Amino acid sequence: MNVEQIETAALEAAAAAADEQALDDVRVRFLGRKGEVTALLKGLGRLTPDERPAAGARINEAKSRVQAAIEARRHALGKEQLRRELASEAVDVTLPGRGGRGGSLHPITQTLRRIEQIFVVAGYDVVAGPEIEDDYHNFEALNIPAHHPARAMHDTLYLDNGLLLRTHTSPAQIRVMEKQQPPLRIICPGRVYRKDDVDASHSPMFHQVEGLVVAEGIAFADLKGTVVDFVHRFFEKEIGVRFRPSYFPFTEPSAEVDVRCVHCGGAGCRSCGYTGWSEVMGCGMVHPNVLGNMGIDTERYTGFAFGFGADRLAALLYEIDDMRLLFDNEIKFLEQFA
Amino acid sequence: MKFSARWLHDWVPFDLATPELCDRLTNAGLEVDGVEPVAGDLGDVVVATVEAVEKHPNADKLKVCRVYDGDARLTVVCGAPNVRVGMKSALARVGAVLPGGFAIKRAALRGVESSGMLCSEVELGLGEDETGILDLGNGFAADEALTPGRELSEVLALDDVTIDLDLTPNRGDALSIRGLAREVALLTRQAVVRPPLARVRATTEDVFPVAIENYDGCPRYLGRVIAGVDVTQPVPWWLRERLRRSGLRSIDPVVDVTNYVLLELGQPMHAFDLDRLRGGIVVRDARPRESLTLLDDREVPVGDGHPGGRRPLLITDAHGPVAIAGVMGGNRSGIGPSTRNVFLECAFFDPLCVAATARRFALQTDAAHRYERGVDSRLQAEAMERATALLLDLVGGQAGPIVEAVSEAHLPNAKVVRLRKRRLDRLVGEEIPPTEVGDILDRLELNPVTSGSGDEIVWTVTTPSHRFDIEREEDLVEEVLRIHGYNAVASRLPTGGLPLGQPDLAVAPAARFADLLVDIGYAEAITYSFVDQRLADVLEPSGDPIRVKNPVSSEHAVMRTSLLPGLVGALQRNLARQTERLRLFEVGQCFRLVGDELKQNLLCGGILCGPRHAQNWAHESVDADFFDVKGDVERLLALGGRAAQFLPTQDPALHPGQAAAVCIDGETIGRLGRLHPEVAATLDLPRNVYCFELGLLALATRQPRVFGGLSRQPTVRRDLALVVDYAVPATEIEAVVRERVGELLTGFAVFDLYTGEGIESGRKSVGISLTFQHRSRTLAEAEINQKVDDALADLKSRLGARLR
Repeated sequence: MNVEQIETAALEAAAAAADEQALDDVRVRFLGRKGEVTALLKGLGRLTPDERPAAGARINEAKSRVQAAIEARRHALGKEQLRRELASEAVDVTLPGRGGRGGSLHPITQTLRRIEQIFVVAGYDVVAGPEIEDDYHNFEALNIPAHHPARAMHDTLYLDNGLLLRTHTSPAQIRVMEKQQPPLRIICPGRVYRKDDVDASHSPMFHQVEGLVVAEGIAFADLKGTVVDFVHRFFEKEIGVRFRPSYFPFTEPSAEVDVRCVHCGGAGCRSCGYTGWSEVMGCGMVHPNVLGNMGIDTERYTGFAFGFGADRLAALLYEIDDMRLLFDNEIKFLEQFA
Repeated sequence: MKFSARWLHDWVPFDLATPELCDRLTNAGLEVDGVEPVAGDLGDVVVATVEAVEKHPNADKLKVCRVYDGDARLTVVCGAPNVRVGMKSALARVGAVLPGGFAIKRAALRGVESSGMLCSEVELGLGEDETGILDLGNGFAADEALTPGRELSEVLALDDVTIDLDLTPNRGDALSIRGLAREVALLTRQAVVRPPLARVRATTEDVFPVAIENYDGCPRYLGRVIAGVDVTQPVPWWLRERLRRSGLRSIDPVVDVTNYVLLELGQPMHAFDLDRLRGGIVVRDARPRESLTLLDDREVPVGDGHPGGRRPLLITDAHGPVAIAGVMGGNRSGIGPSTRNVFLECAFFDPLCVAATARRFALQTDAAHRYERGVDSRLQAEAMERATALLLDLVGGQAGPIVEAVSEAHLPNAKVVRLRKRRLDRLVGEEIPPTEVGDILDRLELNPVTSGSGDEIVWTVTTPSHRFDIEREEDLVEEVLRIHGYNAVASRLPTGGLPLGQPDLAVAPAARFADLLVDIGYAEAITYSFVDQRLADVLEPSGDPIRVKNPVSSEHAVMRTSLLPGLVGALQRNLARQTERLRLFEVGQCFRLVGDELKQNLLCGGILCGPRHAQNWAHESVDADFFDVKGDVERLLALGGRAAQFLPTQDPALHPGQAAAVCIDGETIGRLGRLHPEVAATLDLPRNVYCFELGLLALATRQPRVFGGLSRQPTVRRDLALVVDYAVPATEIEAVVRERVGELLTGFAVFDLYTGEGIESGRKSVGISLTFQHRSRTLAEAEINQKVDDALADLKSRLGARLR
């Protein structure tokens, strides 16, 4: 066979090789030591010196083309092999991943964190305090002497040892002021206790956040601005806020803060008792007796304080209609806040 | 406090619709809690004259009446015993719908057709008298008002509302129609129109002597005898109705009159049956062992033990106590149907004295409510005259002269308080014009005297006797501000220095622990800090928890010493609701007495139960075990980064072989383990419940990190399979190896644990992997072999280990 015939046969054989082995057989048959192309090269010696260069060149060109064809075929076979392997490794991507889902943070904790975030940015320190308190820190130091009618506003739970469960987180402020002079900017989140029966809107334990700012030049206008700004940021809505005179022994003047009902926007609904307003916090200018008790110069320093129930804000924010759910810890409830 | 808007209107003729009145009151600090109409819709209920009454042909108790309703003469069947000719009563015409939804239809009653119904108070929702139909001529309205056909609601002025005020404790002055009238007058710039009040002249000389022993508790006491009364007389409708619209029931003429004066003027009064009093009235402190049976038949040991030293103040006669001053009367001297002679008491008692006694004996009466908030100390004579006049009208009798015991020196003084303009503006944050301030103080009846000028203006006020709550400058700031309007003050934000934050290198942020637990699948629970003692005892029999003296219920009777009772309770509730797999955690304070010292520790605890993984195609369904909870605890510990030991421990709540104490630097900071199977059985829980509890502060205390350098030298790993006694803890194997190999050992891991075939019983095979590395050079093979041999020799001699 001549060069052309051998080349044609080799190219056809390479193209027809079904796998690596067959392709290697093709390589051996044509390019191996005893291969047909190799044999042609070996046969060059039989030609005249004049004929050799041209014939050699022709054979070498054919050899290159055969080599290229085998390489091309090898590459194609490799790709095909990989394709088959990958196809066999396909998974159902719609199946869920390994490892469980995360848990959830209680909505009250999330609310407390949200509140802290709002105030910490403005330089408020977050302080905690003991939940079992003495009469002095919970009442006396806050200008609520024994037998004061205001004590009836706090249905107090007492302990056998004469101590009590704090009825608000204000005692934590007293503990701060005992150690630190103004300027002060603090919030005190925590659990508080009242002798209330459990129902949809009452719980003997709930969470309160009290805020206190004492500095030179603090006025009622600052209190209003802070409270309004807080409400707007907390609800992420410029809802209406009103202040009305109230009474707390530890503030004077004192105010109760109502916000436009988040459910009906003020039109009146069951949630707001058809008043269009929801009561959310008490606040006021710190009573001079309280500052005086702490050795703070009341002519130089003034301050404001506010306090609100975090559970109530959580209920408004998350539209939880029954406070009992907050402490029932049913997983189907908790999971909704993941 | 509930009151009738019309009654208030009689005192101050405000021109405000009810919603506006309520807004004004609320914005002035008298919060309106609710508004209710005083009567239902009484359309088609009209005045009618009974013109004829005949016996019903078929029923003994019924009568057939001819009734004129201004339009027509109707036949109406009526069962009331008091129906009579000439009577003016209330007719519900056919088509009327009475309160409660009862619709009046034309109907035959025992064969006689009735075109409407004559109504009683009860049927109209106007009172409690169901003995007969309304007898309108009998004290309900003036005769000329009773034109047949007139709407009953018009005749009886039923277009009125009961307003419920939630008054703050400082506003005792507003606990009466008179006080509210004063407030509305000042808000609407009107004058109070007081009903005419004449002194009642004594028509008898009868007196009952009065003496005060304790003037601190009772600076003033007025008494008056009213002789020859008939307390069986009916109480007129207008009085009963005013009480009703104020939320009070009619009891008898005497009680009704004292209640009326209480509502109208804010002065509590008490009436005694004079014939049951002996000697004279002495107001004094309780004596040891004295007791008193109250009007409600409760016996109160007023003379027993006086914590705080203050003794209850009593009204006494020669035979002993007859009333607790300012709180409640005794039943020995109470008014009854046979009472002929009345002794009226009208006093001023010290607020704290009344408050202490009322609280101590849990007697929350209307009188105590007012006395403890403060009563106008100059009001007693006026109230006595008012009550006398009313009483004489109702029950007849002859009034004696008023006897008064008083110590002017003990009565509250008018207070002189200064308000500086500078201070006012500073506290408010903006200027309130001085003319407005003066005007407000004037309208508040505070008698301001102005001095100074410009920013130095000072108002000096003298408090009237009804404003006992005003004591200092800030009180005046509030008064001025609340009338000026809280909402009229512009808002601003505080300004000040901008101190930077101070993060603490040695404390891990508390939120990280909760976040980690959430990330690894726990849901956060918040449980009550007080728990059921039975549950606490099961989990910690010797816990000795602090008891709540006045718990809301027995389920909340003791303070938790641990988070476990709350978490167990939450687990029980979830299991009862078909939850199979649960992971809960809580962070909260727990309380314990250590000797005399109260420890309030912040703990972080968790509970888990059920399969290791939520049901998933990829995981075998295997129950979680000790090492799941331990792994979670180790992750928590890693946040603080301090080395912790887990030591076997005995804990009554935990399985004796699957419980560990967690120790850092020799101090126990918590525990973990499997719930004791007996405890689980007692609590009706499955056997595979695991829990942990750690002190959060210890957990968060962090070893400040310092970079320890990096070695680029090659590491060499050697794995060994050791056989040791089953009881040998893995930590001891590690300790022996570490001690022997020293700092060349940079890694130690247990990679296998095996018991069973090939290992004698009571022994186990432990696969350990050792990693060696030198800080600065390559380790020689011989060196490593030597270290391994040394370690094996020690393991053999100290722990009885052999190579497998």
